[in-house]
Amino acid sequence: MLEINDLRASVDEKPILNGITLSVKPGEVHAIMGPNGSGKSTLAQVLAGHPAYEVTGGTATYRGEDLLEMEPEERAQAGIFLAFQYPVEIPGVTNAYFLRAAYNEIRKSRGQEELDPMDFLDLLESKLKLVDWGPEIMRRAVNAGFSGGEKKRNEILQMAVLEPALAILDETDSGLDIDALRIVADGVNSLRSPERSIIVVTHYQRLLNFIVPDFVHVLAGGRIVKSGGKELALELEAKGYEWLTGVPEAA
Amino acid sequence: MTETYLQAFAADATVPAEAVPGWLEALRKAGIERFAAVGFPGLKDEDWRFTPVAPIARTPFAPARPPAAPVERAALEPFLFGHPEWATLVFVNGRYAPELSTRPALPGGAEVLSLAEAVESRGELLAAHVGRHALAETTPFAALNQAFARDGAVVWVPAGVELAHPIHLVFVASADAGGTVTHPRNLLVVERGARAAVVESYVSLGGEGSYFTNTVTEVAVGRGAWLEHARIQREGDQAFHLGYTHVDQDQDSHYRSFTLAMGALLARHNLHARLNAPHVETLLYGLALTRGDQLADNHTAIFHDHPHCNSWEVYKSILDDRSRGVFNGKVFVTPEAQKTDAKQTNRNLLLSPDAKVDTKPQLEIFADDVRCTHGATVGQIDEIAYFYLQSRGIPRERAQTMLTCAFAAEVVDEIAIPPVREYLTRLVTERLGGDR
Repeated sequence: MLEINDLRASVDEKPILNGITLSVKPGEVHAIMGPNGSGKSTLAQVLAGHPAYEVTGGTATYRGEDLLEMEPEERAQAGIFLAFQYPVEIPGVTNAYFLRAAYNEIRKSRGQEELDPMDFLDLLESKLKLVDWGPEIMRRAVNAGFSGGEKKRNEILQMAVLEPALAILDETDSGLDIDALRIVADGVNSLRSPERSIIVVTHYQRLLNFIVPDFVHVLAGGRIVKSGGKELALELEAKGYEWLTGVPEAA
Repeated sequence: MTETYLQAFAADATVPAEAVPGWLEALRKAGIERFAAVGFPGLKDEDWRFTPVAPIARTPFAPARPPAAPVERAALEPFLFGHPEWATLVFVNGRYAPELSTRPALPGGAEVLSLAEAVESRGELLAAHVGRHALAETTPFAALNQAFARDGAVVWVPAGVELAHPIHLVFVASADAGGTVTHPRNLLVVERGARAAVVESYVSLGGEGSYFTNTVTEVAVGRGAWLEHARIQREGDQAFHLGYTHVDQDQDSHYRSFTLAMGALLARHNLHARLNAPHVETLLYGLALTRGDQLADNHTAIFHDHPHCNSWEVYKSILDDRSRGVFNGKVFVTPEAQKTDAKQTNRNLLLSPDAKVDTKPQLEIFADDVRCTHGATVGQIDEIAYFYLQSRGIPRERAQTMLTCAFAAEVVDEIAIPPVREYLTRLVTERLGGDR
């Protein structure tokens, strides 16, 4: 699915990723953990094509294609989805219009027919249930005036509708209470399948109680400093990051 | 070329074809005298420094004439909205066109008629209002309009009457209007406790050359009355459009305006609202869409002369190519106008590095117990917003259209009359290349 080799990236000429190597196979769930500033969010955003980051070295191959050569929309059309840490507010564009536009652009890129508004509503109905929402949310402007929890749920709704092959969740758990966390986790778990890969970027082990990963990687200083199974997350929870990174965690 | 107009005025006076009452004769004379005295404004004139009217001044525009071939009703279809039976007054090259107009009976004796007709049948009403709200001293073009005030629309809604449907006033420039000037003079009177919605459209049927529309609309909103007013300026792309709307509001009245500027090579609209009594509410929304070498100038002035009045103003512009935008928003609060609540916002979206905006909020506040705020922004679409849409599979070009339409929707959505709002949403979305 995804092969990352010695990936390096910087923002404003400041290196953030210093050689990441990672292989994600279909059906696998990988957790990327690490303290603040370790580069874990940067990795997520670089994979989605965020314009602020400059890739300075290494490769990333997605389903045999050079990911780094693709525009952000081409990555989405190819099946990559990034759930944003800070979802963007788009006043004046309704959730319904936005999501249908995205859904149809992706279909169009694959030579499939676009769904008309009525058929799309049918599709939405089941997806809304996943995040425990009624249809009224679709008439609101995208994320505008949404609470932090609502924004994260909206990301999961988008993911459920767009059905990506590779979903990347960037700190989707941050700032969520336990109920919202459960809704988000249920949404993600419902998407787990042998064909679909998920990368969960998180600071805390808590989310991994609900979304149980196959692999856990710890980032520090823009590199993976340790990889292991799901038990690694528990170890981190008990010991903190310091024993791996050698630096006390910033407050 | 002030001379062009002085000669035209003199020539006009020798034509006794239309009986003109003394008060109107005096008004016209005062108008031309004022114009002769001040002439066209130049760039040194503070009020006109970003809006060069020299091309208007140096072109000897001839008085408008009827089109060579009659305008067909079908040609107007793209400019109409709502139900075909709603009151629609059409003016072609400045002259009322009864054969293109729809005049259903209105409730409560309300009337929609041409200025020429109203001179005959509603002389008293006109004498009480025309030239009393929009003063010739305000701008040279207002004086010029007053000098040549011959035709235009008159809407009269008597006390307590509520009109169920919007009234549409359509000013059409025919395809052969090039080289000519019109001076439509409109009057909207909504009396005590009455309610109405009026839409003014300035449109072109295409054609070569530039023409000049110099229009004035006077608005009187009576005590407790309610008026929704929309103004759609979609003149031909070589046209010059100068407009001045003056609103006088009485106690407890509500006036809401939406102005759309998307046509003309050079367009300027002055919208002045005077709040003449306490507890008045004034809402001004505006949207300017420019591209190519267009310039759209919006000058607004809100006069808070009495306590406990609210004014709320949001003007936006979206500029592409080398186009120019000008915004000047004055808010005057006199010492008597305590408890004034006034908010002004001007936001400008640049789609091209060559587009430019000059924006100037101008608040003059002489009362101490007031809440007055203003803010102006000029910027491009946020890269993060682009990225968010692109990361969902939406190509950048479509993302730009979506975000631009959304920027416009924030003001268009404020139009209170659903059929007007829907029509303008469609119009603006089409212009911006969207698909809603």
